[in-house]
Amino acid sequence: MNKQLSFLGLVACLLFCRQSLAELTVEVTKGQAEAIPIAIVPFSTPEAAAASFDVAQLVSSDLARSGRFKTTDRKDMIEQPHTGAGISFDDWRRLSNDYIVVGQVQPAGPDRFDITFELYNVLTRQRLLGYQFSSNKPGLRVASHQVADMVFEKILGIRGAFATRIAYIAVLGSLPHKDYRLIVSDADGENPHVVMQSNEPLMSPSWSPDGQSLAYVSFEDRLPSVYVQVLRTGERRRVSAHAGVNQAPSWSPDGKKLALTLSTRDGNLDIYVMDLATQALTRITDDPGIDTEPQWAKDGQSLYFTSDRAGGPQIYRVGIQGGDKPRRLTFQGSYNARPRISPDESQLAFVTQEDGAYRIASMDLRGHGEVQVLTKGHFDVSPSYAPNGAVIIYASRDRGRGVLALVSADGRVQERLVSSEGELQEPAWAPF
Amino acid sequence: MGAVLRASQTKYTNQVFVGRLRRYVNRMEMNMKRMMSIALLLAGAALLAGCPKKHTVIEPPNAGTQVPGSADSEQNGSTRALEGGAGAEGGNAMGGANATGVLARKVIYFDFDKSEIKPEFTEVVLAHARNLTGHPGLKLKLEGNTDERGTREYNIGLGERRAQAVRRALMLQGVAESQLSTVSFGAERPAVEGDDEAAWAQNRRVELVYTP
Repeated sequence: MNKQLSFLGLVACLLFCRQSLAELTVEVTKGQAEAIPIAIVPFSTPEAAAASFDVAQLVSSDLARSGRFKTTDRKDMIEQPHTGAGISFDDWRRLSNDYIVVGQVQPAGPDRFDITFELYNVLTRQRLLGYQFSSNKPGLRVASHQVADMVFEKILGIRGAFATRIAYIAVLGSLPHKDYRLIVSDADGENPHVVMQSNEPLMSPSWSPDGQSLAYVSFEDRLPSVYVQVLRTGERRRVSAHAGVNQAPSWSPDGKKLALTLSTRDGNLDIYVMDLATQALTRITDDPGIDTEPQWAKDGQSLYFTSDRAGGPQIYRVGIQGGDKPRRLTFQGSYNARPRISPDESQLAFVTQEDGAYRIASMDLRGHGEVQVLTKGHFDVSPSYAPNGAVIIYASRDRGRGVLALVSADGRVQERLVSSEGELQEPAWAPF
Repeated sequence: MGAVLRASQTKYTNQVFVGRLRRYVNRMEMNMKRMMSIALLLAGAALLAGCPKKHTVIEPPNAGTQVPGSADSEQNGSTRALEGGAGAEGGNAMGGANATGVLARKVIYFDFDKSEIKPEFTEVVLAHARNLTGHPGLKLKLEGNTDERGTREYNIGLGERRAQAVRRALMLQGVAESQLSTVSFGAERPAVEGDDEAAWAQNRRVELVYTP
């Protein structure tokens, strides 16, 4: 049953400028009543102090943070077994644990560690998972997220997204000397790297479907341009610098095209599709209103977008082959904008205005288009789905400061990623 | 954390101060005499701040947001004038703009979700139109901005719409299309920070920037 997984290749090999950055911490602001009780017992660790990385702690905080698990406090553990053979199931059952994870970290050569873990159902005493893999020291963090992913998927049947990454914009400094940064970090906000830094605005990061590159808008020449940057090499290419607006890049599912917003000489914003190899443009919309914020449908044949052609901004869908009139999708309220689809395209997340506040809402795309407002803030914008579709990350405000926040796709679990400095904006969750 | 909080409170106080000063300045918009005295005051403040460099010829985009003599303008080495009080920029080389006249006003403010130019800014548009038609070599960049509310990319559209409204108004007055360009920063380049109407009102704007 044991499976060898090498994490060497997964160890963050992002080569961009490393810069010390205040890391994010997580606060669960609204949990779920029926969270599953699970104990993540501290892993045995080698005496070498160099390996003193607490794998179990990270697994535990990942699972707790999802809002779907209630993790047992270490001080309530009467014993700390490291293998299945050492588990006294009756005791753990009395502590009302449904599941238990035990494991070890063992040295396996210079800067090499073997991580072994097992997941048991406390009631049936059945072993549900047993894995061993190896990692170097910097890889232990990724490895821990992988353990959490496997436990999450085994118990809930949903692929975990703890070992994924996010991109976002951080704005530091104060007027008139602002420092804009495009940052890529782990999904929990740890391990941040500055991808791009500018004293003019950076906007709208969009991941390539292979997770290797980001498209974004930079005003570095005091004019907007769309850039594509390869994360591993830092190689950067300006792909759109037309007169007027160059905005809102969105990568097509096949990775070959960008949808983006350009303007005519008299300032009319419309949506175009650019072939990345040739930079040839196809105009998709042609309306005197503002058409922007395109997002590809899963089949790569149509786009969701925002348009105020009917007055206020509303969300529409249009085919990229031409011929069809855009179809309006949102009708409730006077402001619905910036659509993002869930990975299986069953849901559409967007920004809606409610009682003068901007909040994240979702629409059921498979049923009758029911709309649910998921958040309660006043400046909740820029939603982006986790690649497993379970969670939406978005930009919010906390005591006047820009923060990132998470809400489960059903609205039941909420949490906040708190940074010690800067205004955080426009999170974009990377693909698996 | 505490330090950050304190810093932002200080900043806010500054903004409130700027807001009040701006309203004050607005109220006595056409009072030339007092305008002159403010101009002198600002120039004096700049001198006191030890600002050694020649005053800027090309106005920075956030003109109208900076309290002259503050630490920031010292670092900047240039004086940023309050709207209507741009006398500190005496002898602006850009088309010989009259430093104390309406031409010194280079920011047009808008109502929430609107791109119509309000009557009180008509004379500003007319003055710049005359300046541009009289000096066909001049080029003017119109920078559209919005307040922070709403989605970022849609706000880029609204900022562009505002810049275009000013562009059209100038062209109606005979300004050549080739003299004008637009850019929209949406909500990305606020003039002042803060999430209340006082701050928003100052961020919904088009800045007129003469370029070489």
